[in-house]
Amino acid sequence: MFSLEGLTNFIHEWLNGHLPATFALLAEFVLVGVAAIGLFAVLGLGLVWMERKVAAVIQIRLGPNRIGPKGIFQTSADTVKLIMKESLTPANADKFLFNLAPFVVIIVAMLILVPIAFAKAFQIWDINIGVLYVTAVSSLSVIGILMAGWSSGNKYSLLGAMRSGAQIVSYELSAGLSIITIIVLTGSLKISDIVASQENGWWIFKAHIPAIIAFVIFIIAATAETNRAPFDLAEAESELTAGFHTEYGGMKFALFFLSEYINIFIVCAIGATLFLGGWMPFHVGHWAAFNHIMDYIPSSIWFFGKTIFLIFVIMWFRWTFPRLRVDQLLNLEWKYLLPISMFNVLLMTLVAIMGWHF
Amino acid sequence: MTNEEIKIKITEILPAATFDETGEWLNVFVEASAFRSFMEQIRSDKDLDLDYMFCLTCVDWKTHLTMVYHLSSTNTRHCVVVKVKLDRDKPEIETVCDIWRTAELHEREVFEMFGVNFLHHPDLRLLILPDDFIGYPLRKDFEDPINMIKL
Amino acid sequence: MFEEIGTTAEGDLLINVGPQHPATHGVLHLVLTLNGEIIKKVEPHLGYIHRSIEKMCESLSYRQFIYVTSRMDYLSAHINNHACALVVEKGLQVEVPLRAQYIRVIMDELTRIASHELWWSAMSMDLGAFTPYFLAFREREKINEIMEETCGARLTMNYMVPGGVMAEPHPDFQKKVKAFVADFKKTLHEYDELITGNIIFQNRMKGVGYLSPEDAISYGCTGPVARASGVKSDIRKIAPYDVYDKVEFDEIIETGGDCFTRYQVRIKEMSQSIRIIEQLIDNIPDGDFQAKTKAVLKLPKGEFYQRVETARGELGVYIVSEGAAQPYRIKFRSPGFSNLSALDHMVRGYKIGDFIAIMGTLDLVIPDIDR
Repeated sequence: MFSLEGLTNFIHEWLNGHLPATFALLAEFVLVGVAAIGLFAVLGLGLVWMERKVAAVIQIRLGPNRIGPKGIFQTSADTVKLIMKESLTPANADKFLFNLAPFVVIIVAMLILVPIAFAKAFQIWDINIGVLYVTAVSSLSVIGILMAGWSSGNKYSLLGAMRSGAQIVSYELSAGLSIITIIVLTGSLKISDIVASQENGWWIFKAHIPAIIAFVIFIIAATAETNRAPFDLAEAESELTAGFHTEYGGMKFALFFLSEYINIFIVCAIGATLFLGGWMPFHVGHWAAFNHIMDYIPSSIWFFGKTIFLIFVIMWFRWTFPRLRVDQLLNLEWKYLLPISMFNVLLMTLVAIMGWHF
Repeated sequence: MTNEEIKIKITEILPAATFDETGEWLNVFVEASAFRSFMEQIRSDKDLDLDYMFCLTCVDWKTHLTMVYHLSSTNTRHCVVVKVKLDRDKPEIETVCDIWRTAELHEREVFEMFGVNFLHHPDLRLLILPDDFIGYPLRKDFEDPINMIKL
Repeated sequence: MFEEIGTTAEGDLLINVGPQHPATHGVLHLVLTLNGEIIKKVEPHLGYIHRSIEKMCESLSYRQFIYVTSRMDYLSAHINNHACALVVEKGLQVEVPLRAQYIRVIMDELTRIASHELWWSAMSMDLGAFTPYFLAFREREKINEIMEETCGARLTMNYMVPGGVMAEPHPDFQKKVKAFVADFKKTLHEYDELITGNIIFQNRMKGVGYLSPEDAISYGCTGPVARASGVKSDIRKIAPYDVYDKVEFDEIIETGGDCFTRYQVRIKEMSQSIRIIEQLIDNIPDGDFQAKTKAVLKLPKGEFYQRVETARGELGVYIVSEGAAQPYRIKFRSPGFSNLSALDHMVRGYKIGDFIAIMGTLDLVIPDIDR
């Protein structure tokens, strides 16, 4: 059976056999860094292309179809265009913060990649507070957005950044609470433990209604946290032209754009890990034969399949719903999602204590 | 209301008003001095009930300017056209924008296009033309050497 | 820092919406005074696309000036032309052949549907829903094809002339219009399914931008904006022109006065337009498409005023004639200009998101405001 675990082990042993331990570690750092950046590029290009194709299907049109088969190189061509463009800095911008902001956003997006399990035993760092790490680091991206909005010296950017700040800080709560509902069951924050706990079925099936409620809340909060429509108030093109990144152009804009898609990937990956078993194949209780057949599908395909399915759902939202108003957005969080998820955590605790889940 | 009834009613309000019935609707000529109170009265009059101003404009007759107000009633649908002659060198008239609020933008348009000064208008500034524009484009003697179309 | 960003003396934020802004759909420039997200005042600055059509028309003959008016409210180009043709006919006292009248009214209603479809798509886009654009343009394209075949143009048709229409309609005209009507009746419900029933959409629209009937009249609002406030303002009913008095249709009157009501009025008007077209399309009489008129038209001395109902409201054409071949003075009373004046009254106290929704339901076309 094909597995990425063999590949990583092979590289690790080969490097240690040919280099001193310190250099082998350094070489592994470099390899991981290159792989992460490579994944970034592929994800960015792939997801933008996917978004455009999904939009096209929903909107009864073709989407990109000129460059490459089915237009798959369209996004590469766009990237080349963006690199070639001049990056302007407005005259009354705070130059240092203005130039720093896109990097803050992209570095934060990159950092969250660390604990994610892409396949069986294929993870950059199986940190023992994996989920906590993700929630903690992802909230840093709001600093980048506030920085961008404030330093642009543009009123639209400022309004967009303020909206974004209010939005991300609020939705962090219910996203965190819906993550906790699963942590209650697994008893561990470590990603590998969470995945392993779903060996005999995914949590969304095993943990009854509370898990489904938590999953729905998580998807809503994830959409809001990534500033995607219908919660794209920070950008709100028809209201604030482009919100916090109005003044950005060229590659600096591309970094914001890229980080948006990376963030979607990450929240969907977390959602897939917590609720849909991560790389764990579809297992049903004690059906050993069925489970064995499912194991033949490589774990990376399971992981990416689930993640891309969730990404598709989020894209589907975007092309179907109108945008919320800013007060409605906050009402939704503070008056509905937060109380529901607090109650839901209680319910899940009861389920976990009584052992009612499978 | 028929034109005759309107005439009787208006004569009651302002005996000095003169009429012209050649057009589609009844035209009423009013002096600028009596204009404001006349407009207030025909607006508040229960029978006339002219609550809807659908057009406000000005015509440059080279010797004088004429303000033209098209008024209508949304209940009985009769229309009255009120006309006021203005001095071309110093055109001044009371505003009606607190009676019919649609007049606010229309008066600003007439102000910049004809140079009519609306007294007591709350916000009489250039609306369409750039701030440094000189001249009144819709007056007959306006000449623009670059942009004029002459056939 | 705040001095650089630009505030009023009271510490309110001033924001320029436009002249280049995605939600103004043109070069409208509005200055918003904001307290946080709350709007305190809106001030329009017009003139970015002012071509002084009224002055231009003073040097054009009665045949020529009609073509300029297509560029006013370019989404109701047919209806603008229709108004001008009617006012010249009124002055010349020309009897328009019945065939021409039927064709004119069908064209008007097709234009109205096309215009409402564009409004629907643009308004949905303002609210952040992108997909409606493509749904509406699928239908609008069919209308544009009909227009293209018969008039030779898709947007500025210039098909109406004093005395009738410019040419016979295309041989496929009836067939295509009937096919469109049948298609449109089938797809109209998709509009409701996608947007009208959406909970987010309803929350954005209901109770927002209330306009009372008294204010609607006082601000001179017409068209769907006034009708949503319960004001009867359909010129097709008040002062019917051409064959509007021979067809049966309902004037859509709602009393809600908010954005959602304005939305509903326009959606319902589309089905009324379909109703009018259905009554006329099979019964177009034979005969001339144009009355015989002189080569050079001269209106008698006097004043002529014609009101028509465009997709946005009441368009008035006021001609002062001195008996020459050119009008002495023309005034276009455009619906957008009056509807815009109510904007400030409607948006005060609402948020930026509501402002966009209110702007969307006013259905402003900027060349119509600026003329």
